[in-house]
Amino acid sequence: MTIRFRLVAQAAAVLIAIVAIVLIPSVIELFAMMQLTLFAAMAVLALSLAFIWGFGGILSFGQTAFFGLGGYAYAISAINFQDSTPSILLAIIVPALFAAILGYFIFFGRISDVYLGVITLTVTLILFNCVNSTSGDEYRIGKALLGGFNGIPAVPTFNVPFHPDQVLSPEQSWWVTGGALLGIFLLLRLLLSLPAGRVIVAVRENEVRASLLGYDPRKVKLLTFILSGAIAGFAGALYVNWGAFVGPTIFSLSLSAEIIIWITVGGLGTLLGPIIGCVLIEYIVAYIGSQQALNSNLVLGAVLVVFVLLLPKGLVPTARDLLMRLVPASKPKAQHADDHAPPPVAASRMAGAE
Amino acid sequence: MADLIPLLQAEHLTMRFGGVVANDDINFTLEEMELRCLIGPNGAGKSTFFKTLTGQLVPTSGAIAFRGQPIAGKLSHEIARMGIGIKTQVPNVFNGLSVRENIWLAVRRKATPRAQGPAVDAVLQMIRLTDQGDRIVATLSHGQRQWVEIGMVLAAEPELILLDEPAAGMTDEETLHTAAIIREINQTRAIIVVEHDMEFIKQIAKKVTVFHQGRVLVEDTVDKVLADQRVRDVYLGKKVTA
Repeated sequence: MTIRFRLVAQAAAVLIAIVAIVLIPSVIELFAMMQLTLFAAMAVLALSLAFIWGFGGILSFGQTAFFGLGGYAYAISAINFQDSTPSILLAIIVPALFAAILGYFIFFGRISDVYLGVITLTVTLILFNCVNSTSGDEYRIGKALLGGFNGIPAVPTFNVPFHPDQVLSPEQSWWVTGGALLGIFLLLRLLLSLPAGRVIVAVRENEVRASLLGYDPRKVKLLTFILSGAIAGFAGALYVNWGAFVGPTIFSLSLSAEIIIWITVGGLGTLLGPIIGCVLIEYIVAYIGSQQALNSNLVLGAVLVVFVLLLPKGLVPTARDLLMRLVPASKPKAQHADDHAPPPVAASRMAGAE
Repeated sequence: MADLIPLLQAEHLTMRFGGVVANDDINFTLEEMELRCLIGPNGAGKSTFFKTLTGQLVPTSGAIAFRGQPIAGKLSHEIARMGIGIKTQVPNVFNGLSVRENIWLAVRRKATPRAQGPAVDAVLQMIRLTDQGDRIVATLSHGQRQWVEIGMVLAAEPELILLDEPAAGMTDEETLHTAAIIREINQTRAIIVVEHDMEFIKQIAKKVTVFHQGRVLVEDTVDKVLADQRVRDVYLGKKVTA
Protein backbone atom coordinates (compact mmCIF):
# COMPACT_ATOMS: atom_id res chain seq x y z
CA MET A 1 0.00 0.00 0.00
CA THR A 2 2.61 2.53 1.04
CA ILE A 3 4.70 1.76 -2.01
CA ARG A 4 1.72 2.30 -4.27
CA PHE A 5 0.88 5.49 -2.40
CA ARG A 6 4.42 6.68 -2.85
CA LEU A 7 4.37 5.93 -6.57
CA VAL A 8 1.10 7.79 -7.03
CA ALA A 9 2.42 10.77 -5.06
CA GLN A 10 5.60 10.79 -7.11
CA ALA A 11 3.70 10.63 -10.37
CA ALA A 12 1.49 13.49 -9.16
CA ALA A 13 4.53 15.56 -8.22
CA VAL A 14 6.06 15.02 -11.65
CA LEU A 15 2.78 15.99 -13.27
CA ILE A 16 2.61 19.18 -11.20
CA ALA A 17 6.19 19.97 -12.17
CA ILE A 18 5.38 19.51 -15.86
CA VAL A 19 2.31 21.72 -15.63
CA ALA A 20 4.34 24.36 -13.76
CA ILE A 21 7.04 24.35 -16.43
CA VAL A 22 4.47 24.64 -19.21
CA LEU A 23 2.46 27.42 -17.54
CA ILE A 24 5.23 29.61 -16.16
CA PRO A 25 5.71 31.72 -19.33
CA SER A 26 2.04 32.70 -19.34
CA VAL A 27 2.06 33.53 -15.63
CA ILE A 28 5.21 35.56 -15.04
CA GLU A 29 7.02 38.37 -16.81
CA LEU A 30 9.73 37.89 -19.38
CA PHE A 31 12.51 39.12 -17.11
CA ALA A 32 11.56 36.78 -14.29
CA MET A 33 11.24 33.93 -16.74
CA MET A 34 14.72 34.62 -18.12
CA GLN A 35 15.99 34.56 -14.58
CA LEU A 36 14.28 31.24 -13.97
CA THR A 37 15.91 29.90 -17.13
CA LEU A 38 19.30 30.80 -15.70
CA PHE A 39 18.43 29.25 -12.35
CA ALA A 40 17.28 26.05 -14.03
CA ALA A 41 20.54 25.80 -15.99
CA MET A 42 22.49 26.31 -12.76
CA ALA A 43 20.29 23.77 -11.01
CA VAL A 44 21.34 21.16 -13.59
CA LEU A 45 24.94 21.97 -12.60
CA ALA A 46 23.90 21.60 -8.95
CA LEU A 47 22.44 18.17 -9.75
CA SER A 48 25.72 17.04 -11.29
CA LEU A 49 27.56 17.70 -8.03
CA ALA A 50 24.64 16.51 -5.90
CA PHE A 51 24.90 13.17 -7.66
CA ILE A 52 28.64 12.64 -7.47
CA TRP A 53 29.07 14.10 -3.98
CA GLY A 54 25.85 13.05 -2.30
CA PHE A 55 25.53 9.59 -3.81
CA GLY A 56 28.98 8.78 -5.17
CA GLY A 57 30.74 10.17 -2.10
CA ILE A 58 33.25 11.98 -4.31
CA LEU A 59 33.72 15.67 -3.54
CA SER A 60 34.79 17.04 -6.90
CA PHE A 61 35.81 20.68 -7.10
CA GLY A 62 35.99 20.23 -10.82
CA GLN A 63 32.34 20.46 -11.77
CA THR A 64 32.97 23.94 -13.18
CA ALA A 65 35.72 22.45 -15.35
CA PHE A 66 33.14 20.21 -17.01
CA PHE A 67 30.57 23.00 -16.95
CA GLY A 68 33.00 25.32 -18.71
CA LEU A 69 34.15 22.69 -21.18
CA GLY A 70 30.52 22.01 -22.04
CA GLY A 71 29.88 25.72 -22.47
CA TYR A 72 32.92 26.21 -24.72
CA ALA A 73 32.25 23.00 -26.66
CA TYR A 74 28.72 24.21 -27.31
CA ALA A 75 29.77 27.74 -28.26
CA ILE A 76 32.58 26.67 -30.61
CA SER A 77 30.58 24.06 -32.43
CA ALA A 78 27.43 26.21 -32.58
CA ILE A 79 29.43 28.95 -34.30
CA ASN A 80 30.98 26.46 -36.69
CA PHE A 81 27.90 24.40 -37.52
CA GLN A 82 25.35 27.18 -37.06
CA ASP A 83 23.07 24.46 -35.67
CA SER A 84 22.63 23.74 -31.99
CA THR A 85 21.67 20.08 -32.49
CA PRO A 86 25.17 18.56 -32.76
CA SER A 87 26.54 21.28 -30.49
CA ILE A 88 24.45 20.18 -27.52
CA LEU A 89 25.63 16.62 -28.06
CA LEU A 90 29.23 17.80 -28.18
CA ALA A 91 28.69 19.79 -24.98
CA ILE A 92 27.88 16.47 -23.34
CA ILE A 93 30.46 14.27 -25.10
CA VAL A 94 33.53 16.52 -24.74
CA PRO A 95 33.30 16.95 -20.94
CA ALA A 96 32.42 13.26 -20.57
CA LEU A 97 35.56 12.26 -22.47
CA PHE A 98 37.61 14.69 -20.44
CA ALA A 99 36.13 13.24 -17.24
CA ALA A 100 36.91 9.74 -18.50
CA ILE A 101 40.59 10.55 -19.04
CA LEU A 102 41.01 12.54 -15.83
CA GLY A 103 38.97 10.04 -13.83
CA TYR A 104 40.93 7.11 -15.19
CA PHE A 105 44.16 8.47 -13.74
CA ILE A 106 42.54 9.51 -10.47
CA PHE A 107 40.63 6.33 -9.71
CA PHE A 108 42.81 3.70 -11.33
CA GLY A 109 45.86 5.43 -9.87
CA ARG A 110 44.17 4.99 -6.48
CA ILE A 111 44.57 8.62 -5.57
CA SER A 112 43.02 9.42 -2.20
CA ASP A 113 40.01 11.68 -1.69
CA VAL A 114 42.00 14.68 -0.53
CA TYR A 115 44.17 14.66 -3.62
CA LEU A 116 41.11 14.17 -5.76
CA GLY A 117 39.86 17.49 -4.44
CA VAL A 118 43.21 19.14 -5.10
CA ILE A 119 43.51 17.69 -8.60
CA THR A 120 40.00 18.66 -9.70
CA LEU A 121 40.52 22.15 -8.28
CA THR A 122 43.84 22.51 -10.07
CA VAL A 123 42.45 21.27 -13.37
CA THR A 124 39.77 23.94 -13.15
CA LEU A 125 42.41 26.62 -12.57
CA ILE A 126 44.55 25.32 -15.43
CA LEU A 127 41.58 25.45 -17.79
CA PHE A 128 40.78 28.97 -16.64
CA ASN A 129 44.33 30.14 -17.29
CA CYS A 130 44.58 28.35 -20.63
CA VAL A 131 41.33 29.75 -21.95
CA ASN A 132 42.10 33.14 -20.43
CA SER A 133 45.29 33.43 -22.46
CA THR A 134 43.73 32.76 -25.85
CA SER A 135 43.19 36.34 -26.96
CA GLY A 136 44.38 37.06 -30.47
CA ASP A 137 43.45 35.95 -33.94
CA GLU A 138 45.71 32.91 -33.88
CA TYR A 139 43.48 31.23 -31.28
CA ARG A 140 40.54 30.08 -33.29
CA ILE A 141 38.82 26.78 -33.79
CA GLY A 142 37.25 26.84 -37.22
CA LYS A 143 35.20 29.99 -37.39
CA ALA A 144 35.13 30.49 -33.63
CA LEU A 145 37.54 33.02 -32.14
CA LEU A 146 38.30 32.03 -28.55
CA GLY A 147 38.76 35.63 -27.45
CA GLY A 148 40.76 35.10 -24.25
CA PHE A 149 39.37 36.96 -21.30
CA ASN A 150 36.66 38.55 -23.42
CA GLY A 151 35.18 35.18 -24.22
CA ILE A 152 32.98 34.31 -27.17
CA PRO A 153 30.07 36.69 -27.73
CA ALA A 154 27.03 36.21 -29.94
CA VAL A 155 26.89 32.44 -29.65
CA PRO A 156 23.95 31.05 -31.62
CA THR A 157 21.30 29.91 -29.17
CA PHE A 158 19.22 26.72 -29.35
CA ASN A 159 17.18 26.04 -32.44
CA VAL A 160 14.58 23.45 -33.31
CA PRO A 161 16.59 20.25 -33.85
CA PHE A 162 18.03 20.17 -37.38
CA HIS A 163 16.30 23.44 -38.30
CA PRO A 164 18.98 26.09 -37.74
CA ASP A 165 16.71 28.85 -39.04
CA GLN A 166 14.06 28.27 -36.35
CA VAL A 167 15.72 29.73 -33.28
CA LEU A 168 13.89 29.13 -30.02
CA SER A 169 12.01 32.01 -28.43
CA PRO A 170 12.74 32.84 -24.75
CA GLU A 171 9.60 30.90 -23.80
CA GLN A 172 10.71 27.86 -25.74
CA SER A 173 14.19 28.20 -24.24
CA TRP A 174 12.61 28.12 -20.79
CA TRP A 175 10.64 25.01 -21.66
CA VAL A 176 13.81 23.32 -22.87
CA THR A 177 15.85 24.36 -19.84
CA GLY A 178 13.15 23.66 -17.26
CA GLY A 179 12.32 20.41 -19.03
CA ALA A 180 16.01 19.46 -19.06
CA LEU A 181 16.21 20.05 -15.32
CA LEU A 182 13.18 17.85 -14.71
CA GLY A 183 14.53 15.26 -17.14
CA ILE A 184 17.97 15.07 -15.50
CA PHE A 185 16.34 14.92 -12.07
CA LEU A 186 14.14 12.01 -13.12
CA LEU A 187 17.04 10.31 -14.87
CA LEU A 188 19.14 10.42 -11.70
CA ARG A 189 16.18 9.30 -9.59
CA LEU A 190 15.68 6.36 -11.89
CA LEU A 191 19.38 5.49 -11.94
CA LEU A 192 19.57 5.58 -8.14
CA SER A 193 16.64 3.19 -7.84
CA LEU A 194 18.20 0.72 -10.28
CA PRO A 195 20.75 -1.88 -9.14
CA ALA A 196 23.56 0.14 -10.75
CA GLY A 197 22.61 3.14 -8.61
CA ARG A 198 22.48 1.06 -5.45
CA VAL A 199 26.01 -0.14 -6.19
CA ILE A 200 27.16 3.49 -6.53
CA VAL A 201 25.74 4.21 -3.08
CA ALA A 202 27.27 1.01 -1.70
CA VAL A 203 30.72 2.09 -2.87
CA ARG A 204 30.16 5.44 -1.15
CA GLU A 205 29.17 3.63 2.04
CA ASN A 206 32.09 1.20 2.17
CA GLU A 207 34.58 0.80 -0.60
CA VAL A 208 36.44 -2.06 1.04
CA ARG A 209 33.29 -4.08 1.57
CA ALA A 210 32.14 -3.43 -1.98
CA SER A 211 35.39 -4.73 -3.40
CA LEU A 212 35.35 -7.75 -1.06
CA LEU A 213 31.95 -8.60 -2.53
CA GLY A 214 33.41 -8.45 -6.02
CA TYR A 215 32.48 -4.93 -7.12
CA ASP A 216 35.27 -2.91 -8.68
CA PRO A 217 35.12 0.47 -6.88
CA ARG A 218 37.47 2.08 -9.38
CA LYS A 219 35.12 1.33 -12.25
CA VAL A 220 32.03 2.38 -10.33
CA LYS A 221 33.60 5.69 -9.32
CA LEU A 222 34.92 6.35 -12.82
CA LEU A 223 31.47 5.84 -14.35
CA THR A 224 29.93 8.09 -11.69
CA PHE A 225 32.54 10.73 -12.46
CA ILE A 226 31.90 10.52 -16.22
CA LEU A 227 28.13 10.76 -15.85
CA SER A 228 28.48 13.69 -13.49
CA GLY A 229 30.86 15.40 -15.94
CA ALA A 230 28.43 14.85 -18.80
CA ILE A 231 25.59 16.43 -16.82
CA ALA A 232 27.76 19.40 -15.86
CA GLY A 233 28.70 19.83 -19.51
CA PHE A 234 25.06 19.78 -20.54
CA ALA A 235 24.41 22.45 -17.90
CA GLY A 236 27.16 24.47 -19.57
CA ALA A 237 25.32 24.33 -22.89
CA LEU A 238 22.08 25.42 -21.20
CA TYR A 239 23.93 28.29 -19.54
CA VAL A 240 25.49 29.49 -22.79
CA ASN A 241 22.12 29.23 -24.50
CA TRP A 242 20.71 31.52 -21.82
CA GLY A 243 23.32 34.27 -22.20
CA ALA A 244 24.47 33.66 -25.80
CA PHE A 245 27.93 34.21 -24.36
CA VAL A 246 30.74 32.20 -22.81
CA GLY A 247 33.88 33.53 -21.12
CA PRO A 248 36.68 32.02 -19.03
CA THR A 249 35.04 33.09 -15.77
CA ILE A 250 32.80 30.06 -16.32
CA PHE A 251 35.79 28.11 -14.89
CA SER A 252 36.01 30.40 -11.87
CA LEU A 253 36.71 29.19 -8.38
CA SER A 254 33.89 31.24 -6.92
CA LEU A 255 31.37 29.26 -8.96
CA SER A 256 32.96 26.00 -7.79
CA ALA A 257 32.51 27.15 -4.22
CA GLU A 258 28.98 28.34 -4.88
CA ILE A 259 27.83 24.89 -6.04
CA ILE A 260 29.07 23.44 -2.79
CA ILE A 261 27.10 26.08 -0.89
CA TRP A 262 23.92 25.26 -2.86
CA ILE A 263 24.23 21.64 -1.86
CA THR A 264 25.12 22.35 1.76
CA VAL A 265 22.09 24.62 2.05
CA GLY A 266 19.70 22.33 0.18
CA GLY A 267 20.88 19.08 1.70
CA LEU A 268 23.63 16.66 0.76
CA GLY A 269 22.43 13.20 -0.20
CA THR A 270 19.23 14.41 -1.82
CA LEU A 271 18.50 15.53 -5.37
CA LEU A 272 15.70 17.98 -4.61
CA GLY A 273 17.71 19.83 -1.95
CA PRO A 274 20.49 21.06 -4.24
CA ILE A 275 17.91 22.34 -6.74
CA ILE A 276 16.14 24.31 -4.02
CA GLY A 277 19.46 25.46 -2.57
CA CYS A 278 20.66 26.60 -5.99
CA VAL A 279 17.52 28.56 -6.83
CA LEU A 280 17.31 30.09 -3.38
CA ILE A 281 20.94 31.19 -3.24
CA GLU A 282 20.97 32.42 -6.83
CA TYR A 283 17.83 34.40 -6.16
CA ILE A 284 19.36 35.97 -3.06
CA VAL A 285 22.57 36.78 -4.93
CA ALA A 286 20.65 38.35 -7.80
CA TYR A 287 18.50 40.34 -5.37
CA ILE A 288 21.50 41.62 -3.43
CA GLY A 289 23.22 42.48 -6.70
CA SER A 290 20.31 44.73 -7.63
CA GLN A 291 20.34 46.46 -4.20
CA GLN A 292 24.01 47.44 -4.01
CA ALA A 293 23.72 47.67 -0.22
CA LEU A 294 25.51 44.49 0.74
CA ASN A 295 28.34 42.50 -0.74
CA SER A 296 26.86 39.25 -2.06
CA ASN A 297 29.94 37.18 -1.23
CA LEU A 298 29.70 38.34 2.36
CA VAL A 299 26.08 37.22 2.52
CA LEU A 300 26.92 33.90 0.86
CA GLY A 301 29.62 33.29 3.42
CA ALA A 302 27.26 34.16 6.25
CA VAL A 303 24.58 31.85 4.85
CA LEU A 304 27.09 29.00 4.64
CA VAL A 305 28.28 29.53 8.21
CA VAL A 306 24.72 29.70 9.53
CA PHE A 307 23.73 26.51 7.75
CA VAL A 308 26.81 24.56 8.76
CA LEU A 309 26.28 25.57 12.39
CA LEU A 310 22.50 25.44 12.68
CA LEU A 311 21.20 23.19 9.91
CA PRO A 312 24.15 20.99 9.02
CA LYS A 313 21.92 18.56 7.15
CA GLY A 314 20.46 21.25 4.91
CA LEU A 315 16.90 22.30 4.15
CA VAL A 316 15.37 19.21 2.60
CA PRO A 317 16.60 16.59 5.09
CA THR A 318 15.68 18.89 7.99
CA ALA A 319 12.20 19.48 6.58
CA ARG A 320 11.79 15.77 6.04
CA ASP A 321 12.84 14.98 9.61
CA LEU A 322 10.37 17.57 10.91
CA LEU A 323 7.58 16.11 8.81
CA MET A 324 8.39 12.60 9.96
CA ARG A 325 8.10 13.79 13.53
CA LEU A 326 4.90 15.79 13.03
CA VAL A 327 3.03 13.34 10.86
CA PRO A 328 3.24 9.87 12.36
CA ALA A 329 4.15 7.26 9.77
CA SER A 330 0.72 7.15 8.07
CA LYS A 331 1.41 10.10 5.75
CA PRO A 332 5.10 10.28 5.15
CA LYS A 333 4.71 12.69 2.29
CA ALA A 334 4.22 16.30 1.49
CA GLN A 335 4.86 18.75 -1.25
CA HIS A 336 6.98 21.60 -0.24
CA ALA A 337 8.42 22.90 -3.42
CA ASP A 338 5.62 25.37 -4.02
CA ASP A 339 6.74 28.00 -1.53
CA HIS A 340 9.83 28.79 -3.51
CA ALA A 341 8.27 30.08 -6.65
CA PRO A 342 10.44 28.51 -9.26
CA PRO A 343 11.62 24.97 -8.71
CA PRO A 344 10.07 23.27 -11.67
CA VAL A 345 10.73 20.06 -9.95
CA ALA A 346 8.12 19.77 -7.29
CA ALA A 347 9.12 16.22 -7.35
CA SER A 348 9.26 13.34 -5.09
CA ARG A 349 10.88 12.94 -1.76
CA MET A 350 14.10 11.18 -1.40
CA ALA A 351 12.86 8.32 0.68
CA GLY A 352 14.88 5.19 0.23
CA ALA A 353 17.59 6.89 -1.74
CA GLU A 354 20.04 7.85 0.94
CA MET B 1 42.62 -36.19 -1.60
CA ALA B 2 46.36 -35.75 -1.35
CA ASP B 3 47.08 -35.85 -5.04
CA LEU B 4 44.33 -33.36 -5.92
CA ILE B 5 44.99 -29.64 -6.12
CA PRO B 6 44.31 -28.14 -2.69
CA LEU B 7 41.66 -25.44 -2.43
CA LEU B 8 44.13 -22.95 -1.06
CA GLN B 9 47.87 -23.13 -0.91
CA ALA B 10 50.24 -20.49 0.38
CA GLU B 11 53.96 -21.05 -0.11
CA HIS B 12 56.75 -19.12 1.56
CA LEU B 13 54.38 -16.23 2.12
CA THR B 14 56.10 -13.22 3.64
CA MET B 15 54.62 -9.81 4.42
CA ARG B 16 56.84 -7.02 5.69
CA PHE B 17 55.82 -3.57 6.87
CA GLY B 18 59.10 -1.70 6.96
CA GLY B 19 61.09 -3.53 9.57
CA VAL B 20 58.16 -5.49 10.95
CA VAL B 21 57.65 -8.96 9.55
CA ALA B 22 53.95 -9.67 9.98
CA ASN B 23 53.98 -12.95 8.06
CA ASP B 24 57.26 -14.81 7.88
CA ASP B 25 57.64 -17.65 5.38
CA ILE B 26 54.22 -19.14 5.92
CA ASN B 27 53.30 -22.42 4.28
CA PHE B 28 49.63 -23.21 4.52
CA THR B 29 47.43 -25.70 2.74
CA LEU B 30 43.67 -26.04 2.91
CA GLU B 31 41.75 -28.91 1.32
CA GLU B 32 38.31 -28.70 -0.25
CA MET B 33 35.52 -28.61 2.34
CA GLU B 34 37.93 -28.26 5.19
CA LEU B 35 37.18 -26.29 8.33
CA ARG B 36 40.31 -24.76 9.80
CA CYS B 37 40.80 -22.58 12.82
CA LEU B 38 43.61 -20.09 13.09
CA ILE B 39 44.61 -19.08 16.58
CA GLY B 40 47.46 -17.12 18.03
CA PRO B 41 48.03 -14.14 20.29
CA ASN B 42 47.50 -10.57 19.10
CA GLY B 43 50.03 -9.55 16.51
CA ALA B 44 50.68 -13.11 15.40
CA GLY B 45 49.83 -12.20 11.81
CA LYS B 46 46.42 -13.85 11.43
CA SER B 47 44.59 -10.80 10.10
CA THR B 48 47.53 -9.89 7.87
CA PHE B 49 47.38 -13.40 6.46
CA PHE B 50 43.66 -12.91 5.70
CA LYS B 51 44.39 -9.58 4.07
CA THR B 52 46.94 -11.08 1.72
CA LEU B 53 44.48 -13.85 0.84
CA THR B 54 41.81 -11.29 -0.13
CA GLY B 55 43.98 -8.81 -1.99
CA GLN B 56 43.81 -6.10 0.63
CA LEU B 57 47.57 -6.45 0.92
CA VAL B 58 50.10 -7.56 -1.64
CA PRO B 59 52.58 -10.00 -0.08
CA THR B 60 56.24 -9.01 -0.09
CA SER B 61 57.18 -12.43 -1.39
CA GLY B 62 55.76 -15.91 -1.75
CA ALA B 63 52.88 -17.37 -3.67
CA ILE B 64 49.21 -18.03 -2.99
CA ALA B 65 47.16 -20.33 -5.18
CA PHE B 66 43.41 -20.76 -5.06
CA ARG B 67 42.55 -24.03 -6.83
CA GLY B 68 45.86 -23.77 -8.59
CA GLN B 69 45.27 -20.19 -9.77
CA PRO B 70 47.78 -17.65 -8.45
CA ILE B 71 46.04 -14.87 -6.51
CA ALA B 72 48.86 -12.98 -4.79
CA GLY B 73 48.85 -9.42 -6.11
CA LYS B 74 45.36 -9.60 -7.58
CA LEU B 75 42.85 -6.95 -6.58
CA SER B 76 40.21 -7.59 -3.93
CA HIS B 77 37.28 -7.64 -6.31
CA GLU B 78 39.03 -10.06 -8.68
CA ILE B 79 39.71 -12.46 -5.82
CA ALA B 80 36.16 -12.06 -4.57
CA ARG B 81 34.86 -12.99 -8.02
CA MET B 82 37.04 -16.12 -7.98
CA GLY B 83 35.13 -17.23 -4.91
CA ILE B 84 36.74 -16.10 -1.70
CA GLY B 85 34.55 -14.24 0.78
CA ILE B 86 35.68 -12.65 4.02
CA LYS B 87 34.19 -11.26 7.19
CA THR B 88 36.77 -8.80 8.42
CA GLN B 89 37.81 -8.27 12.00
CA VAL B 90 36.20 -4.84 12.31
CA PRO B 91 32.66 -5.10 10.86
CA ASN B 92 32.81 -3.93 7.26
CA VAL B 93 29.20 -3.27 6.33
CA PHE B 94 27.26 -0.65 4.43
CA ASN B 95 26.28 1.40 7.48
CA GLY B 96 23.92 3.80 5.73
CA LEU B 97 21.87 1.11 4.00
CA SER B 98 19.20 -1.24 5.29
CA VAL B 99 19.96 -4.79 6.37
CA ARG B 100 18.04 -6.14 3.42
CA GLU B 101 19.95 -3.95 0.99
CA ASN B 102 23.28 -5.03 2.45
CA ILE B 103 22.41 -8.66 1.84
CA TRP B 104 20.95 -7.90 -1.57
CA LEU B 105 24.19 -6.26 -2.71
CA ALA B 106 25.96 -9.54 -1.97
CA VAL B 107 23.25 -11.72 -3.54
CA ARG B 108 22.89 -9.89 -6.81
CA ARG B 109 26.34 -10.71 -8.11
CA LYS B 110 25.28 -14.32 -8.56
CA ALA B 111 21.51 -14.62 -8.45
CA THR B 112 19.15 -13.82 -11.31
CA PRO B 113 16.78 -10.91 -10.58
CA ARG B 114 13.95 -13.34 -9.96
CA ALA B 115 15.94 -15.38 -7.45
CA GLN B 116 17.29 -12.40 -5.54
CA GLY B 117 14.29 -11.79 -3.28
CA PRO B 118 14.01 -15.36 -1.97
CA ALA B 119 17.78 -15.59 -1.61
CA VAL B 120 17.83 -12.46 0.55
CA ASP B 121 14.97 -13.82 2.65
CA ALA B 122 16.78 -17.10 3.18
CA VAL B 123 19.93 -15.37 4.38
CA LEU B 124 17.95 -13.01 6.64
CA GLN B 125 16.31 -16.03 8.22
CA MET B 126 19.64 -17.77 8.71
CA ILE B 127 21.16 -14.78 10.49
CA ARG B 128 17.87 -14.26 12.36
CA LEU B 129 17.32 -10.67 11.26
CA THR B 130 14.14 -11.19 9.23
CA ASP B 131 12.12 -8.65 11.22
CA GLN B 132 15.01 -6.18 11.23
CA GLY B 133 15.31 -6.20 7.44
CA ASP B 134 14.31 -2.58 6.93
CA ARG B 135 16.49 -1.15 9.68
CA ILE B 136 19.53 0.92 8.80
CA VAL B 137 22.59 -1.12 9.67
CA ALA B 138 24.25 1.74 11.58
CA THR B 139 21.45 1.54 14.18
CA LEU B 140 22.08 -2.13 14.98
CA SER B 141 24.17 -3.50 17.85
CA HIS B 142 27.73 -4.61 17.29
CA GLY B 143 26.73 -8.27 17.40
CA GLN B 144 23.95 -7.73 14.88
CA ARG B 145 26.31 -5.88 12.55
CA GLN B 146 28.60 -8.90 12.74
CA TRP B 147 25.63 -10.98 11.66
CA VAL B 148 24.91 -8.68 8.76
CA GLU B 149 28.47 -9.07 7.57
CA ILE B 150 28.38 -12.84 7.98
CA GLY B 151 25.09 -12.80 6.08
CA MET B 152 26.67 -10.85 3.24
CA VAL B 153 29.53 -13.29 3.01
CA LEU B 154 27.14 -16.25 2.92
CA ALA B 155 24.86 -14.53 0.43
CA ALA B 156 27.70 -14.14 -2.04
CA GLU B 157 28.09 -17.96 -2.01
CA PRO B 158 31.88 -18.09 -2.08
CA GLU B 159 33.83 -21.34 -2.37
CA LEU B 160 36.06 -20.39 0.52
CA ILE B 161 34.88 -18.38 3.50
CA LEU B 162 37.26 -16.50 5.77
CA LEU B 163 35.85 -15.42 9.13
CA ASP B 164 37.95 -13.08 11.24
CA GLU B 165 36.69 -13.24 14.83
CA PRO B 166 33.07 -14.00 13.96
CA ALA B 167 32.00 -14.34 17.59
CA ALA B 168 33.56 -11.13 18.89
CA GLY B 169 31.02 -8.99 20.70
CA MET B 170 28.37 -11.70 20.68
CA THR B 171 26.49 -13.13 23.65
CA ASP B 172 26.97 -16.79 24.55
CA GLU B 173 23.70 -17.66 22.89
CA GLU B 174 24.66 -15.81 19.72
CA THR B 175 28.06 -17.51 19.76
CA LEU B 176 26.36 -20.92 19.89
CA HIS B 177 24.24 -19.95 16.93
CA THR B 178 27.33 -18.80 15.04
CA ALA B 179 28.99 -22.14 15.70
CA ALA B 180 25.89 -23.91 14.40
CA ILE B 181 25.89 -21.84 11.24
CA ILE B 182 29.58 -22.45 10.67
CA ARG B 183 29.09 -26.20 10.97
CA GLU B 184 26.14 -25.99 8.62
CA ILE B 185 27.90 -24.05 5.87
CA ASN B 186 30.91 -26.31 6.23
CA GLN B 187 28.74 -29.06 4.75
CA THR B 188 29.21 -27.41 1.38
CA ARG B 189 32.13 -24.95 1.67
CA ALA B 190 35.59 -24.66 3.08
CA ILE B 191 36.05 -22.21 5.95
CA ILE B 192 38.95 -20.66 7.80
CA VAL B 193 38.08 -19.10 11.15
CA VAL B 194 40.25 -16.81 13.23
CA GLU B 195 39.14 -16.81 16.87
CA HIS B 196 40.42 -16.19 20.34
CA ASP B 197 37.52 -17.84 22.14
CA MET B 198 38.75 -21.34 22.98
CA GLU B 199 35.28 -22.60 23.89
CA PHE B 200 34.07 -21.52 20.49
CA ILE B 201 36.99 -23.27 18.80
CA LYS B 202 36.32 -26.49 20.67
CA GLN B 203 32.75 -26.35 19.37
CA ILE B 204 33.69 -26.12 15.73
CA ALA B 205 37.30 -27.07 15.15
CA LYS B 206 38.73 -30.10 13.53
CA LYS B 207 42.20 -28.95 12.62
CA VAL B 208 43.89 -25.92 14.16
CA THR B 209 46.83 -23.83 12.98
CA VAL B 210 48.63 -21.74 15.57
CA PHE B 211 50.35 -18.54 14.47
CA HIS B 212 53.07 -16.99 16.54
CA GLN B 213 55.16 -13.96 15.62
CA GLY B 214 54.25 -14.26 11.98
CA ARG B 215 55.11 -17.93 11.70
CA VAL B 216 53.17 -21.16 11.87
CA LEU B 217 53.93 -22.63 15.27
CA VAL B 218 51.89 -25.83 15.25
CA GLU B 219 49.28 -27.39 13.04
CA ASP B 220 47.31 -30.30 14.40
CA THR B 221 43.95 -31.50 15.69
CA VAL B 222 42.23 -29.32 18.23
CA ASP B 223 42.90 -31.59 21.21
CA LYS B 224 46.58 -31.97 20.49
CA VAL B 225 47.02 -28.26 19.89
CA LEU B 226 45.30 -27.30 23.11
CA ALA B 227 47.45 -29.82 25.01
CA ASP B 228 50.65 -28.54 23.43
CA GLN B 229 52.96 -26.92 25.93
CA ARG B 230 54.33 -24.42 23.40
CA VAL B 231 50.84 -23.18 22.57
CA ARG B 232 50.10 -22.68 26.24
CA ASP B 233 53.35 -20.77 26.66
CA VAL B 234 52.55 -18.56 23.68
CA TYR B 235 49.21 -17.60 25.13
CA LEU B 236 50.73 -16.97 28.51
CA GLY B 237 53.43 -14.85 26.91
CA LYS B 238 56.44 -17.05 27.54
CA LYS B 239 59.31 -17.28 25.13
CA VAL B 240 59.06 -20.14 22.67
CA THR B 241 61.52 -21.54 20.20
CA ALA B 242 59.36 -22.41 17.25
